[in-house]
Amino acid sequence: GGGGAGGSTLGGTATGSGTEEGEEGERKREGAYRRLDALGYRVGQGIVERFSRDRPRFTDTLDMIKFLCKDVWQLIFRKQIDNLKTNHRGIYVLTDNTFRPLARMSMASPAEAVIKAQPFLWFPSGVMRGALASMGLNTTVHAETSELPGAIFQIKTVGAKP
Amino acid sequence: VWKSRVDKVNAELVTLTYGTMVAQLCSDFDSNYAEVNNQLDKMGYNIGIRLIEDFFAKSGVPRCANLRETAETISKVGFKIFLNITPIVTNWAADNKQFSLIFEENPLADFVELPDDGKAQDELWFSNMLCGILRGALEMVQMQIEAHYVSDVLRGDDTTEMRITLLRYIDDEMPPDDE
Repeated sequence: GGGGAGGSTLGGTATGSGTEEGEEGERKREGAYRRLDALGYRVGQGIVERFSRDRPRFTDTLDMIKFLCKDVWQLIFRKQIDNLKTNHRGIYVLTDNTFRPLARMSMASPAEAVIKAQPFLWFPSGVMRGALASMGLNTTVHAETSELPGAIFQIKTVGAKP
Repeated sequence: VWKSRVDKVNAELVTLTYGTMVAQLCSDFDSNYAEVNNQLDKMGYNIGIRLIEDFFAKSGVPRCANLRETAETISKVGFKIFLNITPIVTNWAADNKQFSLIFEENPLADFVELPDDGKAQDELWFSNMLCGILRGALEMVQMQIEAHYVSDVLRGDDTTEMRITLLRYIDDEMPPDDE
């Protein structure tokens, strides 16, 4: 797994998903994941800047999250988020039952597939973080998949209490 | 019917993602644009050697008889499927082993400006990944080629032109004789 300076986090653990073993390999993977997250962040920012231009100003946090679930998701993954839950205290859980980037993945063992799929969630997590930041909402995003091709994203607004 | 069922991705998402990636490389390599070009080419190569399968699956085109057919296929089928553009095939060398692709449009470079550091304009080939993709993809069909940009509108040139040279057809390598 791995955290990040106000960045995205992924559930599970990515250890052993690469070819390099040991601390050095782990460090390199961490670096790569952080980079994917950062690339996604910039893309998310750009997407929202372009595609929210002609719509009214966002009125509240839920409004922003909905824009992410419907418009942004449609734009990037050609479908909307399947389920949105919130505790109304700054935590939002988004479920996509057929997450595009994972749609065509399979392995002999489902458990192994889930581990191999995990790195593919960094970029989208970054996109979400960037998109929300562009709307004025600072968040952390935690992504995980427990069964392909589904993915669950937990968004926590900065300052939210669990 | 199945042929038209090519999954599409939002063009601006592609532009943004590619641009972000190039920007990241420029910062990673501290504006050493020769190295950035090199990395883009490498990444493209790795995409190309895989993309060729996808290309055949989607297009179902038959074998090309010569480089002229290959060039037309690259433009009208390959670029059409993957980027929805058809670069112009032109400037054939007399020996028919070298041609150019002229890009009248380039989705990778929409609303892109090169870094204004007095260097990028002369050194960075922004879309260099496409050269690597062609090199990788063609290697998988027994053609060793060399591809590079000779001009780019991003640099202020009138056209965006990629030059492609067929170096050789790769012979099928026979397994060692074990008599």
